[in-house]
Order: sequence, then structure tokens, then C-alpha cells
Amino acid sequence: MRSNVKAGWSLKVAALGGMLFLHIPLLIIILYAFSIEEKSFVFPIPGFTTKWFAVAFEREDVRRALGLSIKVAAIATSLALVLGTLAAAAVWRSRFFGREAISLLLILPIALPGIITGIALRSAIGIAEIPFSTWTLVLGHATFCIVVVYNNVLARFRRTNRALIEASMDLGANGFQTLRYVVLPNIATALLAGGMLAFALSFDEVIVTTFTAGQQSTLPIWMLSELIRPRQRPVTNVVAVFVIAVTFVPIVLAFYLTRDTHDVAGSVK
Amino acid sequence: MVTLDARSEPERVNTAAALPLKSSPLQRLSSALYLRPALLTFLLLTPPLLWLGVIYLGSLFTLLAHSFFGLDEFSGVMVREFTVATWAEFFGNPATWDVVTRSALMAISVTLAAALIAFPIAHYMVRYAGMRMKAVLYLGVMLPLWSSYLVRVYAWKLILAKEGIVSWFAALLHLDWLLDAVLETPVVGGPSLSTSYLGTFIVFTYIWLPFMILPVVAALERVPGSVIEASGDLGAKPGQTFRKVIFPLAFPGVVAGSIFTFSLTLGDYIIPSIIGKSVPFLGETVYRLQGTAGNIPMAAAFTVVPIVIMGIYLTLAKRLGAFDAL
Amino acid sequence: MAGAEATPAVSFQEVSRRFGDVRAVDNVTFDIADGEFFSMLGPSGSGKTTCLRLIAGFEQPSSGHIKVHGVNVEGVPPYERDVNTVFQDYALFPHMSVGENVEYGLMIRKVPKAERRQRSEEMLKLVKLDGMYARKPSQLSGGQRQRVALARALINRPRVLLLDEPLGALDLKLRESMQNELKAIQRQVGITFVYVTHDQGEALSMSDRLAVFNHGRIEQIGSPSEVYDHPASQFVAGFVGQTNLLDGYLAQRLGGFPGMYAIRPERIRILTPDAEVPMGVATIDGRVDTITYLGATSRVEINVEEGRLTVIEQNLEGGTAVAERRPGANVRLIIERRHIQPVSESQ
Repeated sequence: MRSNVKAGWSLKVAALGGMLFLHIPLLIIILYAFSIEEKSFVFPIPGFTTKWFAVAFEREDVRRALGLSIKVAAIATSLALVLGTLAAAAVWRSRFFGREAISLLLILPIALPGIITGIALRSAIGIAEIPFSTWTLVLGHATFCIVVVYNNVLARFRRTNRALIEASMDLGANGFQTLRYVVLPNIATALLAGGMLAFALSFDEVIVTTFTAGQQSTLPIWMLSELIRPRQRPVTNVVAVFVIAVTFVPIVLAFYLTRDTHDVAGSVK
Repeated sequence: MVTLDARSEPERVNTAAALPLKSSPLQRLSSALYLRPALLTFLLLTPPLLWLGVIYLGSLFTLLAHSFFGLDEFSGVMVREFTVATWAEFFGNPATWDVVTRSALMAISVTLAAALIAFPIAHYMVRYAGMRMKAVLYLGVMLPLWSSYLVRVYAWKLILAKEGIVSWFAALLHLDWLLDAVLETPVVGGPSLSTSYLGTFIVFTYIWLPFMILPVVAALERVPGSVIEASGDLGAKPGQTFRKVIFPLAFPGVVAGSIFTFSLTLGDYIIPSIIGKSVPFLGETVYRLQGTAGNIPMAAAFTVVPIVIMGIYLTLAKRLGAFDAL
Repeated sequence: MAGAEATPAVSFQEVSRRFGDVRAVDNVTFDIADGEFFSMLGPSGSGKTTCLRLIAGFEQPSSGHIKVHGVNVEGVPPYERDVNTVFQDYALFPHMSVGENVEYGLMIRKVPKAERRQRSEEMLKLVKLDGMYARKPSQLSGGQRQRVALARALINRPRVLLLDEPLGALDLKLRESMQNELKAIQRQVGITFVYVTHDQGEALSMSDRLAVFNHGRIEQIGSPSEVYDHPASQFVAGFVGQTNLLDGYLAQRLGGFPGMYAIRPERIRILTPDAEVPMGVATIDGRVDTITYLGATSRVEINVEEGRLTVIEQNLEGGTAVAERRPGANVRLIIERRHIQPVSESQ
């Protein structure tokens, strides 16, 4: 596919410019976390310090928000792993009526604007008179994480030779043994990648979270309130860097786990 | 399968004798499912379908049903009785169309800009980058796609702030006059970049750009190199090949990407509330109606707008073959 | 071939398998004797692979009965059948080493580790892969993968081994040497082999008996020579080897009755037009049209009164006079009557 011709300079400039546009803002965030200026976003930063990292981790509200974010992301990811893998297995193993409808249903929570999912869940929670808790957050997060796992696992299934399962059964393994010795080892890295992306997605989500959190505060909710009504800007900067770090690791890992297929993309978040 | 054949009975006994059946409960369950593949599919599908069907679709339809409730005129409390009053008000209020038009125009502009920036990146990635470079670029697109939305919005607040990087650069290059001219432009301008339509537009484009790049890459990957060589062989200049061959073949990818850029822009309420003029967009309107205004029926009516727009959009996209590029 | 009193290794009784409206296997009845090398030959979509999958247990019959060693296997899943399969694309487990692949069946049956190891080493030796125990399947050549698949199936000592076009992905040279090897291994282990192939040469050279499939039905079952020399139908005559199919007046003259007849090209002898004709043979006069040199043999196309016959001649020294083999030469063809084989018409 790669052509032998050299790219023209205009194409190179356009591609480079686009990539810079994507990445410079992230670098700037990191830069500002080390600024000594407290009140405004002056550039260039007047001085360099690491003291805000210590300050941020001392803050009780930040630590509580972080704890809740991790808890919700972990539970939502576990649920999404189970539900997404079941759906992918069903779609892969048989052609049944309404297969396309199922893919659409899975994608809908992320294809429709998040605010719709958020308000819908909130009104349902209101009607059912469920008090807001970790579980109302999990409800929303798992819903939009399912498709991430589903896409990754289905992509792996589609590259898996169906005859492997027949070979295993032919050699005496029943369905459960086949699952354990053949199916799971073959989809393990896809599960891991899907799980990590789901975790990153949940850890970062703010729109649906706003509606299902009640008075609770996850890290993104905390950040949003700081964005709208800033209290201590340097702490926000540090938390932003921390969020970048927490989400980058799983993304890079997921990329390497599935790089032979490029199916991390799934084209959808 | 039941056979009434007289011979089959002794044969069955024989089965058990000849084959050492490990009749553990798991083995028997496995066999029961193996012989009923449809049942297994059903069992696999039930949990995810229950979750999405009950929790997600259930909530969605509950919400839509709310648009047929009204508010008590005096107390402002929602009354759970069927009425079309909300819809009448929705269609009758000129502010509705104001919001819808503004949001749709923004979504269209963002989509076009994202396509314009995405295409060269995707084209370079697929046609010119080597194996290593390609992996680097791919990861370079994936990272912002999956990394924190809020942090990236925040970064732009830093960049576009009055005393921020853009102003600093403008001053450094003695281009303050250009920045001021841009800000003074009617409609798109404002007191500063972070309080103008232009600012909102830049941030939207930035945030949703990766969603455009990936489908375009996928579509370009599917254009066989031989087709491009054939075009060159038949005398087309590179520019002509691009316009007549590459772009039309990659167009479904652009449409696929636009589904996301369009839908996400349409429904977002955070970006316009942080960066931009304080004028309502669709997402913000819904947020305000259900939150501070407490008008759930009207909020529900407003959520129908993006659903309908996306429904039309998806139908058109499907006709253009965009789903194959997903 | 097994006597009537012995229990067949596999027995199909009026078995059909339908997929929707398609009859992949259509009312098929046959027996495979214990210890036999049995081939199922046919074009793709003829039902041979479905028959194999019915024996393995991956498919269940829509009607009819299948017995393996006298036991009705209706409703028995693959993992409870005493049958193993060598898959067309080998289906080696990519996440396991060669040794782990071979030991898989034993591991499932909870055979102790030491015994597993010993038996798998033996098996790898049998298929000439000693020393490959720790390799991954991805590090092997196509031929080697094929051997691993064979070892993985044989280690379980199945009573019937099913092979689904096992040599299909190999190149010609390798395929020929593997044919010999497979046959040798079958004799050594004494297991019933059921071999699916679309390659008639393979089926003829390896099998004790073969069944020719067409449109989900069996057109003929018999030893290779029976099938080759006495094809039962037009389809078999055409699919197994080359043939001249005749009907109409010429056929009636040669065969004695109206109908369709098949004559193998190498059963026809070319003589000079005035040559003396031995007793009891059929003769046809014709004119040489084209000659194609094929190395050991030549193919001669001859126009006769009602169409055209193909003749294969050995390129022997001092064979037919060169003059008779020149295009345009008049020749007399002779065919022994026993080589004029009446065949039934196929769909």
C-alpha cells in the first residue's frame, strides 16, 4: 500500500501541523503544573516549582474524588468485560436474526450525545427512587463501556479460526474446558486491551457522571467544578497532569497488546 | 431428537457402555448446550441485552415519554398527565430554533474543519509513512482520542486565556493587530479568544479531530495501491489522482468520521460553557432545563432534536456506505 | 475389506443433513470397515466434508442414523466420540507449543505429565518431528504443521481418524511424499482413516476403497480399480481420471445397446488404417487432429464419425509408426470390448 513516491512538502507540513495541533495542548498542561504563578495563566510561566504536586496530594477532596473514580472505573470495567464479551461471543458464533440491531444497540450509548444518556438515566433513577451512590455511577459507566470491550473482543474473535474450537472439542474437551484452554487464552490480550480502554473511558467520563453522581464527586467532576469556579488553579493543573498519566498508561498498553490488528481504534470511543 | 424406532433403545444403552462418559454436571451441561446452539446464543445474549434494554433503552424511552408531561403553571412541578403543551411550546418558541440552528451550524463547521485537518494526516499515514512512523502516528492519534476530555478542554482555557499563549505569541511576532482584527470580526469574535465563537469552534475541532482521523485512515487503507498506480499510469497527475480516485474512494470514511464529530458537537454542553460566548447551545439548553430550570418535559423535548438529527444523519451515512468504514 | 459379520467402523443409514433448503447430504447409506483407508472424493459442495463433520460430531444429521463401531452416536458431542480429526487448515492452537498441542487430548483426559511427555515425544518421532517439542506452530513450515496436526490426533489412539483435505495446502512435491507417509503411518497404527479429498489422484493412490460424492449423494463406492475401470456413472467417469463419453449411434455400435458408454483414453490403441484387427475388439476409423507431447505419454485427439476421441499413448521406443501419429493421418482405433463401460447419466 505504501507508495514509493516521497510526500510533497505541503502534505508533510499539513500532517505535521495537524499532529502538533493534537499534542501541543497536552504538553502545555504539563508545563503549567510546574508554574509558580497562582492566579492567572500567564505565559511563559514566570518560574518553575514542584510544590503543587505535594499540595494536591495533601488535599482531602482530591483524594476522595480519586478514590471514587478508581472504584467506579474498576467496577464498571469488570461489568463491561463480562457483558461485552458475552455479546461479542454471541455475535461471532452464530448468525441470528437482529444481529445488526444488537451492534446498533451497543453503540448507541456512545453514538448519541452523552447528555441524552445522562438525562435519561437521571430521570429513570428519579422515577425508581434510587438514592445516588457508587452504584448509580456504575450503572451509567458500564453502559457506555460495554461497546469498548465488545469492539475489541469481537475484532479478535473475527481473526480467530473457528476450527480451533472444533479441534479442542474433537480432542475431548467439553465446552467449559475449551473456554478455559483455548478461547480465553486466545482473546486474553483483547480482553486486557478492552478492559484498559474501558477503564480509561470511565475514569475520565464527566457528562453522564454529572447526572448520575448526585452529591458525589469523581475526579472529572472535581475538575469541572474547578474549571467553572476556580479555587486553587495550580492544584487543578497538577490533577490534570495526573489524569493524563493515569489514562496514558492503559492506552499505550492497549495499543501494544492489539497492534497487529489496530483494533484498539474501534473507531468509536 | 426422539426416535420411536424399536432398535434405538438397546443402542442407547450401548452408547453408555462403549463410551466412558464422564458425567460430571459440567460435562452434561456442556453437552446440553452443544446440542442446542440456539439456546447457547440466547443465554450469551441475555445479560448484555437485559442491561442495555432495561437500563439504557428503558431510561431513554422514559425520558422521551416525559416530553408528553407538562409543568403545573403555579408551582412549576411536573405533572404526570398526558399533554402536548410542552411540544406546542417547543415549536412555538423562536428561541428553540435559535438554539437548534446555532448548534447545527457549529456542528457542521466543526465537521468540515475536522475533515480538512484529518485528511492530510490520514493520507500521509497510509501512503507515505514507514512502519515505525505509522505506529507512532497511530498512537499519536489514539492518545488524544482516549485521554481526558476535560483536561484537554482545560488546556485550551490556558492557551486561549487573555494573558495566555496565543496572546503571548501574537505579541512576540508583532501580530497583535491580527489577533485584535480577528476578535473584532462580527459574529465569530469577542472580547478574547476564550469568550468567542471562534474559541468554541477551535476547541470543538481539537477535541473531536481524532474521531475523524481514524475512520479516514481505515477508508484509505482500503484503497488498493494498484488503483492509484493505474491512475498515474493512465496519465493522471498526482493532484488529479487525488481528486478523481483517492478522495472519492475515501469519502465513506469522512462520512463515518462526521457521524462522531457531528453528534458529539451537537450534544456537548461543557465546552461552550467553559470556552465561548455565554449563548445557549443544544446540550447546554438541555442541561439548564433539567437542572436549574427543573423543566424535565422541555428538556426531554430538546433531547429529541439530536436523536432525530442523528437518525437522519445515520440513514444518509448508511446510504453512502459509511458503516463499512467504521 | 471386512466380512459381513464384522462391525463396521462407521456406518451411515439413510443419513441426510439439510441446511435450510440445501441438502448438503442427501439420503446417504454406506459402511466403512475397521482398519480401512477410506476416501470420500468429490468436488467442493458435494457433501463429503459434511459427512466427515457428521462422523466427528460437529454436525447432527437431519434424519437417518450414524454408528461408530456399532454405537449410535446420535446426540453425542464431539468430545465424547472416539474419533479424532486432522483439520484442513490444521487448526493448531497458536498459543501453545508443538508439544502442548500434541498433548492437548491427554491433558484433557488428565494423563500424568510424565506419561504425556513420553507419548508426545514418541508421536513426534512417528511423524518425524523429533526435537520440535518446544517450537511454536508459527515457527513451522506448512508440511510440519500438517504433521503436528496428525500427531495431535493420533496420540489419543482414536478408533477412527478423520482427515479433511489434509494435504490441500501443500505444494505438489511435498504432497506426494506426504501421501506415501500417511499411507505408511496408517498401516503402522492400524487405525481406520477416513480421508476427504477433491484430488482424484490422491484418492486412487492411497485408498483401500473410495466413495465418489456428487450433489450430496454417493455416485459410486468401490476399490480404486473398480471405480476407475468400471465407473458407474457419467459423473464418476468424468471426475475420476480422463474419459471419452459416448452416446448416440457410435455408442450403440460399440456397446451393443443404446446408452452412454465411457472409454478410458489409454485403453484405445492406434493402428494403421489397413492393420489387421484381432478378434473380439471394436474398431473405429478416424483421422488424427492434434498431438500433444506430455513427456511419458502423448495425447492424441482423433476425429471419428461422430465427434472426437482422446487417446493417451505411452511414448515407447518402437511404438506406433510415426506416420500414424501425424496430424491428418488416417488411423484405425481398436478397443477391447471389456473396456467399453456402460455408465448411467448423472445430473
